[in-house]
Amino acid sequence: MFKLTVNGATHEVDADPDMPLLWVLRDRLDKTGTKYGCGIAQCGACTIHLDGQPVRSCQTRIGDVGEGKITTIEGVSGRVAEAVQGAWRKLDVVQCGYCQSGQIMSAIGLLSTNPKPSDADIDGAMDGNICRCGTYQRIRAAIHEAARSLA
Amino acid sequence: MLKIRQPTTEPRASRRAFLAGGAAAAGALMIGFRLDLRGARAEGAPDLSAVKANPNAFVRIAADDTVTVIVKHLDMGQGNTTGLATILADELDADWSKVRTEFAPADAALYNNLLMGPVQGTGGSTAIANSWMQLRKAGAAAREMLVAAAALDWKVPALQITVENGVVRHAASNREASFGKLAAAAAAMPVPQEPRLKDLSQWRLIGQTVPRLDSVAKTSGSAVYALDIRRPNQVTAVVAHPPRFGATVKGFDDKAARKVAGVIDVVAIPTGVAVIARDTWAAMKGREALSVTWDESLAESRSSDAILAEYRETAKRPGLVASQRGDAEAGIKGAAKVLEAEFSFPYLAHAAMEPLNATIERAADGGYDIYAGLQFQTVEQATAAAVLGTTPDKVRLHTTWAGGSFGRRATPSADYIAEAAAILKAWGAKAPVHLVWTREDDMAGGYYRPTVYHKIRAGLDAKGSVTGWQHVMVGKSIMIGSPFEAMLVKNGVDGTTVEGASDTPYALPAYRFDVHNAREGVPVLWWRSVGHTHTAQAMEVFVDELAHAANVDPVAYRLALLTNAPRLSGVLKLAAEKAGWGKGASGKGRAMGVAAHESFGSYVAMVADVTAGSGSVKVNRIVAAVDVGIAVNPDIVRAQVEGAVGFALSSVLRNRVTLKDGVVQETNFDAYEPTRLTEMPVVEVHIMPSRAAPTGIGEPGVPVLAPSISNAVFAATGQRLRSLPLDLSGLKGV
Repeated sequence: MFKLTVNGATHEVDADPDMPLLWVLRDRLDKTGTKYGCGIAQCGACTIHLDGQPVRSCQTRIGDVGEGKITTIEGVSGRVAEAVQGAWRKLDVVQCGYCQSGQIMSAIGLLSTNPKPSDADIDGAMDGNICRCGTYQRIRAAIHEAARSLA
Repeated sequence: MLKIRQPTTEPRASRRAFLAGGAAAAGALMIGFRLDLRGARAEGAPDLSAVKANPNAFVRIAADDTVTVIVKHLDMGQGNTTGLATILADELDADWSKVRTEFAPADAALYNNLLMGPVQGTGGSTAIANSWMQLRKAGAAAREMLVAAAALDWKVPALQITVENGVVRHAASNREASFGKLAAAAAAMPVPQEPRLKDLSQWRLIGQTVPRLDSVAKTSGSAVYALDIRRPNQVTAVVAHPPRFGATVKGFDDKAARKVAGVIDVVAIPTGVAVIARDTWAAMKGREALSVTWDESLAESRSSDAILAEYRETAKRPGLVASQRGDAEAGIKGAAKVLEAEFSFPYLAHAAMEPLNATIERAADGGYDIYAGLQFQTVEQATAAAVLGTTPDKVRLHTTWAGGSFGRRATPSADYIAEAAAILKAWGAKAPVHLVWTREDDMAGGYYRPTVYHKIRAGLDAKGSVTGWQHVMVGKSIMIGSPFEAMLVKNGVDGTTVEGASDTPYALPAYRFDVHNAREGVPVLWWRSVGHTHTAQAMEVFVDELAHAANVDPVAYRLALLTNAPRLSGVLKLAAEKAGWGKGASGKGRAMGVAAHESFGSYVAMVADVTAGSGSVKVNRIVAAVDVGIAVNPDIVRAQVEGAVGFALSSVLRNRVTLKDGVVQETNFDAYEPTRLTEMPVVEVHIMPSRAAPTGIGEPGVPVLAPSISNAVFAATGQRLRSLPLDLSGLKGV
């Protein structure tokens, strides 16, 4: 039995320690905003925050989470999150939208530690998040837009 | 149709027979199916303006003033929910902030695609084009009904009533009411059959930038995709599929699988062996523990290299003549210069971010409910009904948001929907079943863009004008063997295979296009822009070669051949002008290349600016010009073209699905890597002003990307790369 803190609430989950957090969140806790794309940390669709840091939940075993605080797209909040989600909406970044939970979680992670990222910083933080619809031009613009609104 | 209950016995129905069975059942409904991929302009296309106003099918106004537009199409990212709502809301004079959308149920009588005959489905970039007049009339009729209700209530002439932004007003008596207040009374008014439509000068939403209606849900994690469906007591199923196409289950041992914690049952189905578990992880672990032996006697066991080598041999023989004018051979014989080129194209997976999945359950009333990113509702409903042994009206469809598709969710065989139904049936429908394909299942599951080979010979006279063009193509038809064969294949020629080449707009004096239908066992399907994915590369690269051989500027050379194609010429000139064509220095590793192509009734030209050499190509900038008629949502048109670049770039640079002895080698994003953010060029999109009826933009951005890049690589390096993905290994520095 594992005790998880997800978006500020505590949940008890009976699972194999190897079970990826992705499937715990989606199938046991019905937090379906976090997406499955590849299962091998190639696409970033499953990105969540563990103690504020973006991690790939498909590669994070429930047995390794310990006391870590988990934040998903459903629970992410604060000034940076609002700026990022606001910029995504202002520029209408989304197309199919399936990867965007992960994109947004990665972007919040970036702007939380680097409020004025350069294009190279964006490259470094976002290159692990695949968008098959190819919304990258707007993702980059939205991160700059969010940075402006935070300044 | 299929009786496979005991998991330990050998399934008797082969995958092929199963698909044919499902398809044949669907085929019964398909009489008159017509897929006008060239849009409303095509010869014999229906008169879309003859559609009757049916506001009740498309709009619902609630007492709280919300206006819900019923969307009959799947939105897989192309933004048609916003576009379709824009059309209706403008004629209705609705308040955009009150507009919502809802996906329509399966109902081919109400919600058929007017360009597909009696079939509800999304494809061929037709959502906006086929709905344009239907939704304008629905919106205008609903508006007239609101006005009629107000006139009756206020006892004033209807002609004195105005409507603006969701409010109905009579200025002289200073009375007004919101839509919500009038909705109930309006519903009782007669439906005007021919409501008055706005003049384009009166549009307030069409042609403007309105916020996408799905942005908030898709940035907060609340949009519900098929993979997010959670029904009470639902279980998850994953399926062990055969490693080679056409193989079937010979037998299996499920002892170890059944011991995996969370595994509930293991059942044989026509397409493999399904492991049913309490969650996805347990189902995947259960499948790993399963031992299956396969009957591969009918399986495709060739390698993709061998298939392509056969195509090359086949292309040496004349094929079915798809189009012909003049005497191409004679034209080439008398030419001053003869050019020859071959192009090959690999299988491509759609690789949508959301892998294929669907939830199905048996309802208390004995009917069935299916939840998925449904793209071909009429076919999916009929196929599921056939598998379940019921009638289509007993199968209710619930369309969700789709995490991409690019064509993959619409198969003539309704493959994964049929599989979900087969699992539910084999298991006895004990609970709702969520069939989940893993990324690996999705990538290795077939239904690829076909592998294709083109060979072209053309002659030029002393002035560089074309004297004759001979074109041979080899590829597997998408439609032959499907329920649509009788309707869409004419004299053996599948229009979806040859589109964009056999009907070239170039004024070639003598032209012959031969096609050979290959017959390998790899399932193939439309992939965002279908035949144009390869014909545009063959045509636009070869025309570029002719221009260089004639020593004429590639834009000028094309324009001279496009005298009868004003809209294509128009976008070509616009893209060239906006890109600064001919002004920058060319060669020495950085240069521009151009391509222009019509698909699905829309016209797109692109100028690519690339840096190339020493085994690498970097695309710096793409300038695109598009003519889609009236751009209902200009910002979404731009987004679709930007996205087409991002989507297609990886297929230009590296993507291919290869088979080794029949086994798919690329099964995840490590081996089949989509474009990443760092590779994304700057994309500029210019929209041609137009008063023509709108056409689609989901697909037409894709075909021109590859040739514009290929032609730019040639201009930058002098090296001509024709086949896709571009073979960068041989690219030398300059």
